Amino acid sequence: MYDFTHHRPASVDDAVKALAGASDGKFMAGGMTLIPTLKQRLASPSDLVDLGGIRDLKGIREDGGKLVIGAMTTHATVARDATVRAKIPALAHLADGIGDPQVRNRGTIGGSIANNDPAADYPAGLVGLGATVHTSKRELSADDFFTGMFETALAEDEIVTAVAFPQPDKAAYVKFANPASRYAIVGVMVAKGPAGVRVAVTGAGPSVFRLADAESALGGNFSADAVGNVKVSADGLNSDLHASAEYRAHLVSVMLKRAVAAAAG
Amino acid sequence: MPRVSMTVNGRSVSGDVEGRTLLVQFLREHLHLTGTHVGCDTSQCGACVVHVDGESVKSCTILALQADGAEVTTIEGLAKNGELHPMQAAFREHHGLQCGFCTPGMVMSAVDLLKKNPNPEEDEIREWLEGNICRCTGYHNIVKAIQSAASSMKG
Amino acid sequence: MPDSGPDTGIGASVKRKEDFRFLTGQGRFTDDIDRPGQVHAYFVRSPHAHARIKGIDKAAAEQAPGVIAVFTGADMAADNVGSLPCGWVVTDRHGQPHKAPPHFPLARDKVLYVGDHVAVAIAETYAQAKEAGEQVAVDYEELPAIANPAKAAAEGAPQVHDEAPGNLCYDWVMGDEAQVDAAFAKAHHVTRLDLINNRLIPNAMEPRAAIGEYDGGTDNYTLYSTSQNPHLLKLILCAFVFGLNENKLRVIAPDVGGGFGSKIFCYAEETVCTWAAKKVRRPVKWTAERSESFSSDAHGRDHVTHAELAMDENGKFLGLKVETTANMGAYLSSFATAVPTYLYATLLAGQYTTPVIFANVKAVFTNTAPVDAYRGAGRPEATYVLERIVEVAAREMKIDPVELRRRNFIQPDQFPYQTPVALQYDIGDYDQSMDKALEMIDYKGFAERRKASEAKGKLRGIGISAYIEACGIAPSAVVGSLGAGVGLWESAQVRFNPTGSVTIFTGSHSHGQGHETTFSQLVADTLGVPIENVEIVHGDTGSVPMGMGTYGSRSLAVGGSAIAKACDKIIEKSRKIAAHLMEASVEDVEFDKGKFRVAGTDKEKSIAEIAFTAYVPHNYPADVEPGLDETAFYDPLNFTYPAGVHICEVEIDPATGITEVVDWVAVDDFGKVINPMVVEGQVHGGIAQGVGQAMLENCVYDMESGQLLTGSYMDYCMPRAGDLPSFRIGLTETPCTHNPLGVKGCGEAGAIAAPPAVINAITDALGILSMDMPATPEKVWRLANQHAQAAE
Repeated sequence: MYDFTHHRPASVDDAVKALAGASDGKFMAGGMTLIPTLKQRLASPSDLVDLGGIRDLKGIREDGGKLVIGAMTTHATVARDATVRAKIPALAHLADGIGDPQVRNRGTIGGSIANNDPAADYPAGLVGLGATVHTSKRELSADDFFTGMFETALAEDEIVTAVAFPQPDKAAYVKFANPASRYAIVGVMVAKGPAGVRVAVTGAGPSVFRLADAESALGGNFSADAVGNVKVSADGLNSDLHASAEYRAHLVSVMLKRAVAAAAG
Repeated sequence: MPRVSMTVNGRSVSGDVEGRTLLVQFLREHLHLTGTHVGCDTSQCGACVVHVDGESVKSCTILALQADGAEVTTIEGLAKNGELHPMQAAFREHHGLQCGFCTPGMVMSAVDLLKKNPNPEEDEIREWLEGNICRCTGYHNIVKAIQSAASSMKG
Repeated sequence: MPDSGPDTGIGASVKRKEDFRFLTGQGRFTDDIDRPGQVHAYFVRSPHAHARIKGIDKAAAEQAPGVIAVFTGADMAADNVGSLPCGWVVTDRHGQPHKAPPHFPLARDKVLYVGDHVAVAIAETYAQAKEAGEQVAVDYEELPAIANPAKAAAEGAPQVHDEAPGNLCYDWVMGDEAQVDAAFAKAHHVTRLDLINNRLIPNAMEPRAAIGEYDGGTDNYTLYSTSQNPHLLKLILCAFVFGLNENKLRVIAPDVGGGFGSKIFCYAEETVCTWAAKKVRRPVKWTAERSESFSSDAHGRDHVTHAELAMDENGKFLGLKVETTANMGAYLSSFATAVPTYLYATLLAGQYTTPVIFANVKAVFTNTAPVDAYRGAGRPEATYVLERIVEVAAREMKIDPVELRRRNFIQPDQFPYQTPVALQYDIGDYDQSMDKALEMIDYKGFAERRKASEAKGKLRGIGISAYIEACGIAPSAVVGSLGAGVGLWESAQVRFNPTGSVTIFTGSHSHGQGHETTFSQLVADTLGVPIENVEIVHGDTGSVPMGMGTYGSRSLAVGGSAIAKACDKIIEKSRKIAAHLMEASVEDVEFDKGKFRVAGTDKEKSIAEIAFTAYVPHNYPADVEPGLDETAFYDPLNFTYPAGVHICEVEIDPATGITEVVDWVAVDDFGKVINPMVVEGQVHGGIAQGVGQAMLENCVYDMESGQLLTGSYMDYCMPRAGDLPSFRIGLTETPCTHNPLGVKGCGEAGAIAAPPAVINAITDALGILSMDMPATPEKVWRLANQHAQAAE
């Protein structure tokens, strides 16, 4: 790891200022991806602006029927939070399956979505549940937030502050984990709620994507049978040592059925 | 150089570190607490697990400065008054360690598990240990040790 | 009171003496050690699989902050530092020794694999060394690379070494090909099988580390190293690499965090740290980052094999023919040549009476990391060939796989049994292990369990593996005649201290095996002293007289036997002193549970009293030397032959290919057992590594570029707790006939037995004959899919 100057601002404004004052600064949330990246010397920021000291970014609250999760809330907190478990158990389950317990104790929702790893779980959670991302500058839909592999709509100096989730009637997240890294090879979030039926897939493609065929099939009949024939093309899907595109396409169908069954059950 | 202060195993400590200094480096190199080990560089093996403010974390993936002001417990701080913690005792009783390299992280992780789930089923224990790799034991006796510690800590 | 009862004696599951320090964070691993004034080394490694070094510009690196020196292969050449040797000469089928191209600690003209050592930067801190290392400018001319062992010997393949045309290290045979051909000619059925024994990366949890130190006042070196065999490392470094007298180097291997073979060898990094310590006159420390472990620890396995088994109409084995290509990697590691020959082909008889066997092994060089012994070393590869082909033969012949094995088992009355592949098994009872394993797994109930799995939509399979291994390595004369460059005895020193405690110095090295406990049990039991009064010292050539180290499941069978011999010497000397003190004749003095007694009287002296007398010899026999401190060497008469049967059951989700090992029964015959708890732990760990090989682990190089694709835990899949079941362990016992303890060794059994058990179970579940390891979900899904289509 190359050395850098560490900043620990207490407010979002100070964080933005600290970044503005740096020649090549970077925000750090939980650091679960960033620190290994720095260790491998794949990045060499001059300054690291640590968001861990900003109290306002932590915590979970209900606001106008939505569940609002502060960006610096850890996966472990989301997984065991009574409100999340009561209102959106699928989200608690998703958070409980990220990485390992120690990663969940440090990793945060804001950090995860800002990084937008194609194999991360939260992007499917946000898109599938129709969440809204709150930033230091604006609010935008999850659909608009994730723009590509490791890419989001965030500007350099923009910080995710919270994510607001509408409460679904039914939802479930099922993933097929990479046996080595435990990231998602395929993860599918299915939800039926105020925004209709939404199906989001992570791990399979360069970035999270929705499955329109499945959404329309489930619109009339929210059951595993309804998606029995939904097939996904392998074109454009990821292919690596652990899973070919063809296998991933197959797994999307299987995880979809299982997620719908779990949600409907 | 920035200064970092924290409480480690009940003792107030501080030191001058670089921005990039990891918590595990601070523990091993500055405080000479070498019970916490480094077994990988991708945050997976768990040999470096310590508790920060009561939660198990991988000390190779947190900067020392991120732990400024925190309460840190390492494997050296687990036994009290020369008496093994029930988890340490259970690992010994059930042969839950062989070479001993992954052991500190494994024990610290297991202690955190029982804090959160005092009565874990075997599959819950195995799932919890996802972040701790052991190459010697095949995990069989680690799982038994944690089950045994769970009953003795209820006792 | 001497405490040699069942609680601490031989056969008791004594809790480990070493645990307290590890459980409280007080273990002392190499990286935990800091030497005064130490500096840090960073190795500049090749990013290319094959390239010519046209030039190295180290000027910028030498000017970097904190840098003390930057060295390259030229600097080592100038000091006449030699090549890292391979210690076993294999003679090929034409009577020629294997090709042994040089392996310099820092590359001279060419780099031959990704991770090969090019230069070392030494600086005040590791971070400074690493930053300097990054400024070493190496001008490479990239060359075409060969990573695929199956294609290495092909016409036109890139050449790794000029000294080895066709990339051939050796073409070696064992057995009589004509006899085997004759057996095949009269066969009723021949089963043919192609197999790949997948390449593995050992991944001991403690990364390798070294600290080299030089004392200018005495001209002595000290090396702290993560070694399984410090004496052997000293011998290799002094005699072969540095040309240094052995009295000038002390090697210390303190607590070592697992080895599994990978820490047997003499590596470039520890060589460089030792040499550089004199150059910079400061202790030089290096600790591998895990990514370096992946790229530059010696890897394991990597065989491509075609096997054929000839049978008569009753399934009796008539002959076996095996052709294997073994990947040596870019250079020959310390014992690489022996693994696919004398540790492999000699095991191809297995537990069976196959009368004739022919094996042909071609060892090839490739642009990959060196390959050498990894837990089991050759024996897992042999067992995989044999237990897979026997299983396939049973399916083809429609004979129950248990029955086919039984028809061919060597029977108890046939021991000692001379196999057609050089080994002579001393003892065993293979039906007994099979009976017990079948009972434990409830073999008869399998059909019901399969139905229950099917009702859940799962495919269930059962897999058997009946393995044998040759360990307790090894009779020196035998291995010498086969090309070994060293003797494979072990030594022990048993020292009574004047006040009755005992210090044992052993040349074996414990890196997880629990020697401090097991050896203490042995000594406490033999000498009748309390176990807490026994201390085991190992891992330091400065204190342990001699040793050959720990590998090949040899520590108890060879190292323990040496301790037993030294204890016998102690008792015999003590008997003379006791006789003098009790005014009896030596022949009348009996020894039992720590007491010398004059037969038929109530006169007795404890061994502690004798020890005191030996050091305070005021009333003492004239013809006996003072002191009570004896050294013994033990050279085994034969290998030992642990054997057993492992059976596992798997459940497959055909929709995803996810395979779960749902039950595991291991019945092993390790002869006499000193500490059952420790033995079971060894079996558990071995099985986990075997299951890892069969289902999860795979070292993958890009076949075109030679880049390592599985260079971290993100891609190399280590077995985790959730991947494994609890294991059920049973033991049978036929004591080894030729060592004083009747023990055989247990460290490698699980890793040897497990892979074919898993693949036999998965192929059984899928209704197919064969598949390659690792059985990843995608592979299993594809095969399950074919199976489903075929069934429709």
